[in-house]
Amino acid sequence: MMLSPGDWQALVLTLQLAGIVTLILFVLGTPIAWWLARTQSKWKAPVGAVAALPLVLPPSVLGFYLLLMMGPNGWVGALTQWLGIGLLPFTFWGLVVASVFYSLPFMVQPLQSAFESLGERTLEAAATLRASPLDRFYSVAAPIALPGFITAGILTFAHTVGEFGVVLMIGGNIPGETRVASVQIFDHVEALQYGEAHKLSAVLLVFSFLVLLALYIWRPKALRL
Amino acid sequence: MIRLRPFLFAALMLLSGHAAAEKFTIAAAADLKFAMDEIIAHYRQDHPADTPRVIYGSSGKFHTQIQRNAPYDLYFSADIAYPRLLEQAGFAAAPVRPYALGRIVLWSATMDASRMSLASLADPAIRRVAIANPRHAPYGKRAEEALRATGQWDKVEPKLVYGENIAHTAQFVQTGNAQVGIIALALALNPALSRQGGYWLIPDSLHEPLEQGFIVTARARNNAAAHRFADYMDSAAARAVMVKYGFVLPGEAGK
Repeated sequence: MMLSPGDWQALVLTLQLAGIVTLILFVLGTPIAWWLARTQSKWKAPVGAVAALPLVLPPSVLGFYLLLMMGPNGWVGALTQWLGIGLLPFTFWGLVVASVFYSLPFMVQPLQSAFESLGERTLEAAATLRASPLDRFYSVAAPIALPGFITAGILTFAHTVGEFGVVLMIGGNIPGETRVASVQIFDHVEALQYGEAHKLSAVLLVFSFLVLLALYIWRPKALRL
Repeated sequence: MIRLRPFLFAALMLLSGHAAAEKFTIAAAADLKFAMDEIIAHYRQDHPADTPRVIYGSSGKFHTQIQRNAPYDLYFSADIAYPRLLEQAGFAAAPVRPYALGRIVLWSATMDASRMSLASLADPAIRRVAIANPRHAPYGKRAEEALRATGQWDKVEPKLVYGENIAHTAQFVQTGNAQVGIIALALALNPALSRQGGYWLIPDSLHEPLEQGFIVTARARNNAAAHRFADYMDSAAARAVMVKYGFVLPGEAGK
């Protein structure tokens, strides 16, 4: 099966986007999940709800707000222009920012349940051995929660690959910059080129299936959020 | 059971009401957004029993959906080629009717586009130019033709962002994310957009004519209201609305 250069470009771009977003979310999502798993604060419920919002929010809502906020009249747009970055819509990094929001729950939720299942006693034992909080996290919590990290990474990556609505609204469909695989397929269908659409769709279908299959074989309960 | 009876009765009334009312669904190209809303308002005054509803979107997508038996009774395309294809494939209840010629304009919400020309797009101050996707959107195809005809394509292409349809393209410009766009005159003449900025009419000698056509779909063969609406497009009221939004009507010479 031969993919056209445009399809390859879209696929590579998609994988780049998903990879970068997953890395960023490891950094941002871990402390959020850690805090949500351990806090007794009254803010736990509101913060948890906000972190889960992208699960239920239509991509059009996210795309609409981001388009306005990141535009020249929005506060994010004003900030990025002041910083000399320019405007984020229609850029790869704009998609990264949007996808970090869009995929946040897929990072936070598996990590949160992994941290919750650690139990107090393990960490208390480490504390009595005079492990600092940071040391407790790196030497005790993180290794035990490693399967949670892998699950969260896979889900975040796969979910970002499957992104469409937000990208369509703020991407501007620029080849090599914001034209990801899902948008490329949409264009093929709109142009009535079903043969092209079939090829790229099959690639994504097989990819998604294999990712989930591997995850389920490895951890049958991985997707029970 | 006794409690259920009024509910059942109401449900039956509702169902029978559905059958009796003359309902039909129009799938219309995004450039008709404002013009069609007005035409429908006029139509409902003249035919209060009929209840049209309208969906706006890309002509190409509607074409695909009608081939898959989408529940549209009328299909207004921005490119007459699509309804012609459907007619040939047996998806039309009546021959294709041309209803207008579309025009494209340069439009900006942040700059004075009325003083621009296509050559102005090379200006480094303009970082993003929005057009509809030329692969499948009729207005995008015409925009590309005009840019190529004036030798601007190579200079402007790196700045291009592509909207899914012409309304989506206008939205990129309206939010200021693209400084300039090539959009339908019909959209630029809408009060919401014309309040924000001027436009420059792109000479129609620079691109192929944007001939627009509609069909009554095969599923509406026996829907009297759908045919009534099709005929209404020839009425003085409907034609006046179309002219107001900058469409050139069939049989009338272009300006």
